[in-house]
Amino acid sequence: MSVELSHYLLVGAILFSIGLYVALAKRNAVGILMGIELMFNAVNLTLIAFARFVSPPTDVSGHVFVVFVITVAAAEAALALALAMVVYRNRETIDIDKINLMRW
Amino acid sequence: MEDVGSIVAFWMLSVIAVAAALMVVAARNLIHAVLFLILSFIGVAGLYLTLSADFVAVTQILIYAGAISVLILFAILLTPRAARDNAETFLQVPGLVVAALVAVTMGAIVLVTDWNEATRGAFPETAEAIGEALLDKYVLPFEIASVVLLAAMVGAIVLVRED
Repeated sequence: MSVELSHYLLVGAILFSIGLYVALAKRNAVGILMGIELMFNAVNLTLIAFARFVSPPTDVSGHVFVVFVITVAAAEAALALALAMVVYRNRETIDIDKINLMRW
Repeated sequence: MEDVGSIVAFWMLSVIAVAAALMVVAARNLIHAVLFLILSFIGVAGLYLTLSADFVAVTQILIYAGAISVLILFAILLTPRAARDNAETFLQVPGLVVAALVAVTMGAIVLVTDWNEATRGAFPETAEAIGEALLDKYVLPFEIASVVLLAAMVGAIVLVRED
């Protein structure tokens, strides 16, 4: 038995689902950001798996896509954490249950 | 991918990545959750190596395990009076249902679809090819990415600046 494309895709699907649960269910805003980073990782793993197994070996488009995704993820993390700092400065908490100013 | 080393490496790294991600959910201390998140990032970097993506693996360790994790730790340490218990909201059960449904759907798609797999050769070196692609075929997205990073940096500084 050897390691095939579907093995990598299943690992990516499991990681994505765990990240989705963390992003949906955690109460701390930084915890939600951690879930989003896990989802980014799962998508990157899937892209690299397709680049290895489906596209021809000389084509590195999948790798370039992953580099761009990592770039955007870094920008997103910096901005999200800056927003968390601003919310903490104004409300003394980053608990999303208590940040309900815009709730109906 | 027929040799035993690749198979053992794949299973060990997959177990590390998935178990560490599960510990991010289960850890009751937010700092511990970040440390398990770093371990998951490193496991995924190892999986990149088994897929012959050497440049992406190094980038993953530098940016995810290095920069973003330190950023997250800073954000936790700079919010000292916020809750550190890594608890769930009232949306825990709906979130669990949605995540399980997504996992089942994607798993079924992976297993049912007949992926059009190409022949794959030995492990090629990718850094040189990625560098050429970034400055030739993908030069416009490359420049836009640098503008995005600059805008994010300026935005983050403006947001957290004391007036």
